[in-house]
Amino acid sequence: MSDKTAGTLAPHRSRTKVPEGTLYRGREGMWSWVLHRITGVAIFFFLLVHILDTALIRVSPEAYNAVISTYQNPVMGVGEVGLVGAIGFHALNGIRIVLIDFWQVGTKYHRLMFYTVLALWLVLMAGFVPRHLMNVFGEYWVG
Amino acid sequence: MSLTIENPRAPRTRRSPGGVNWEKWGWVYMRVSGVILVVLIFGHLFVNLIVGEGVKAIDFAFVGGKYANPFWRIWDFAMLWLALIHGANGMRHLVNDYAANEKLRKLLLLALGGSTAVLLVLGSLVIFTFDPCPANSPADLLPSFCS
Ligand code: HEM
Repeated sequence: MSDKTAGTLAPHRSRTKVPEGTLYRGREGMWSWVLHRITGVAIFFFLLVHILDTALIRVSPEAYNAVISTYQNPVMGVGEVGLVGAIGFHALNGIRIVLIDFWQVGTKYHRLMFYTVLALWLVLMAGFVPRHLMNVFGEYWVG
Repeated sequence: MSLTIENPRAPRTRRSPGGVNWEKWGWVYMRVSGVILVVLIFGHLFVNLIVGEGVKAIDFAFVGGKYANPFWRIWDFAMLWLALIHGANGMRHLVNDYAANEKLRKLLLLALGGSTAVLLVLGSLVIFTFDPCPANSPADLLPSFCS
């Protein structure tokens, strides 16, 4: 190990053969970062497309309605669940990052806050997904 | 690309002594814009996807109805600038992290800056020059207040 690394390796106390990893790697800190990064990039590319499709309201009602109707297609409807899921995680975890940076005990509770983010995300999705899928698939509903 | 983490106790190096610390303000911007975006984006998703018929209800007349009120134009304008600059700055971090080749990195940053500027101008023009009742359009596609 180079003396330049920041001393993040966990002390090897146990004698098990299972690799112990480090305090950061493979744990909540790393996975929250990975998810924050992936969701951030995904939302960014959606935003590029979304600005362009919305710009069609300046072209003509026909052009805008044609493009927006693709968002109402069931396949896209399922994609919107993924999109809202990505934004929901990024937003909640973003608040967690802000709390880690500015709240005195933020770094102490960062792991607890990560599980809180996951729990709030589940609540958010439980509220959104049924309502959204009913809107998208409502017309295919028989009964 | 360096594979070791910088020593956290290493003395800080300033790119431009006495100048503006842009990286610090970028860091602050990510946090401030993020907190405001929570309100703007969740409000946006709620009004467009949850209220009424959700996505099914979105069409030209729906947008025209919203933009009849300057409140939603200002809402969308703020969301456009805050989110696009936040996202572009985040993408700049990724380019700096992963583009190993210096020429490629410069090119990607240029493309990122260029497309961001174009979309900011385009989006702002669309929001503020939008006409909910364009002439010669079939009335059934327009908001009800047009006729
Ligand atoms: C919903 C509200 C949002 C919140 C609370 C939020 C919060 C944050 C925070 C705190 C960071 C970390 C910045 C840093 O480490 O210096 C970040 C990074 C990022 N955000 Fe957001 N953000 C939000 C919305 C968005 C949107 C709409 C986009 C896309 C247009 C986006 C794209 C990104 C990207 C690409 C990164 C960089 C990720 C990385 O460096 O690993 N975010 N966000």
